[in-house]
Amino acid sequence: MSSVRVLVGTRKGAFILSSDGKRDAWRVDGPHFPGWEIYHVKGSPADPNRIYASQTSSWFGQVMQRSDDGGQTWQTVGNEFAYDGVPGTHQWYDGTPKPWEFKRVWHLEPSLTDPDTVYAGIEDAALFKSTDGGTTWRELSALRTHSTGSSWQPGAGGMCLHTVILDPSNPQRIYTAISAAGAFRSDDAGETWKPINRGLRSQYIPDEDAEVGHCVHRIAMHPSRPQTLFMQKHWDVMRSDDSGDSWREISGNLPTDFGFPIDVHAHEPETVYVVPITSDSHHFPPDGKLRVYRSRSGGNEWEPLTNGLPQENCYVNVLRDAMATDRLDECGIYFGTTGGAVYVSPDGGDTWKAIVHDLPAVLSVEVQTLP
Amino acid sequence: MIRVVLPPNLRALAHVDGEISVDTTQPTAGSVIDAIEERYPMLRGTIRDHYTQRRRSYVRFFACERDLSHEPLDAQLPDAVTSGSEPLLIVGAIAGG
Repeated sequence: MSSVRVLVGTRKGAFILSSDGKRDAWRVDGPHFPGWEIYHVKGSPADPNRIYASQTSSWFGQVMQRSDDGGQTWQTVGNEFAYDGVPGTHQWYDGTPKPWEFKRVWHLEPSLTDPDTVYAGIEDAALFKSTDGGTTWRELSALRTHSTGSSWQPGAGGMCLHTVILDPSNPQRIYTAISAAGAFRSDDAGETWKPINRGLRSQYIPDEDAEVGHCVHRIAMHPSRPQTLFMQKHWDVMRSDDSGDSWREISGNLPTDFGFPIDVHAHEPETVYVVPITSDSHHFPPDGKLRVYRSRSGGNEWEPLTNGLPQENCYVNVLRDAMATDRLDECGIYFGTTGGAVYVSPDGGDTWKAIVHDLPAVLSVEVQTLP
Repeated sequence: MIRVVLPPNLRALAHVDGEISVDTTQPTAGSVIDAIEERYPMLRGTIRDHYTQRRRSYVRFFACERDLSHEPLDAQLPDAVTSGSEPLLIVGAIAGG
């Protein structure tokens, strides 16, 4: 019988939540790396026992971890992320130039085919790649050195490269997203990049439809339709059907179109999930009600999903990397909150249950569907 | 041998309990860090930055009731540390969290 393994990164360690395919009874392992911020934990699609974790600390910097046995044991791997050449400057919050400086790894994206190949999205924004299981890292520097790089600026969480999507139909195509620069695409495995932000409008930059400067929070793609992308932006939920060349708004009837995560149902490429948050200054759900919104029409028409979620006095946030879906026949949806709860819906969002209530603030949630 | 007390998070990362002792080529903090990184490679980059080779700003060095954090890394450590009668304390700064 199939099973699932949920990889949870929190402010004070990593946790691994396991269940059989019913997703009703759960085993909780952890904390792994207690006391450290675990920004992201993700398994290799090519070998589910291979898991990578980003372990970081304001005191002690960046540590990288790798497991070859499904998270039972871990070994430290390489933590040197040296920018290629002498990095220039980007914009600071006040518009002044600030030199690029490595801070932490936000996101890990293992290759779809090779367990030893993994991409790392870092702050200050750049994309790195390892082909030796995380032992050494090399910057794909054409992204950071794009002609617009000096105008990129940090979002509130820092100038982070937080989204890496590998196109399953085209190994040369990679998507990335940076707060607050926007979305970028490479069609040559990272050798060159182009901004793909046409159609985005952002009122916090001088030219609201500029080529770059947009605070993209998250992008999601269904593997069967790699040309279609869904985006949760600082404000606005967007959709592209031409691989990011153009975007249109699909916020529709959402109570607010601010939020962080966005994800797609494993078997229904037009079924999309977001978690609306009140505003950029009010990082909690409207009216104290934690509601996931689902669109079964690829956007514009959204329905609130509330069954099993707190509907009063709830003032948590759901961060950009903290939502995931499994690939079981009845698709499971998962998300974690800054209040330390991890919720699962084993029925595509109709009903929800907390797997755990009281972890440290959740930074990331990933799911592995195991045979 | 120079005795070193690591902060708890780094002891866990290095899989050690209590104090460690390291042989150094020079009686300096920089040489102590060299020896720690050689023996515990998982600690590379956690005490001093990989690139600047400077002490991380939230890491402090104390010994003999003195703050050595702002001494140059090639400054000689106190005799009591080099003789092994006192440990070098590597401490995570008090910064909340």
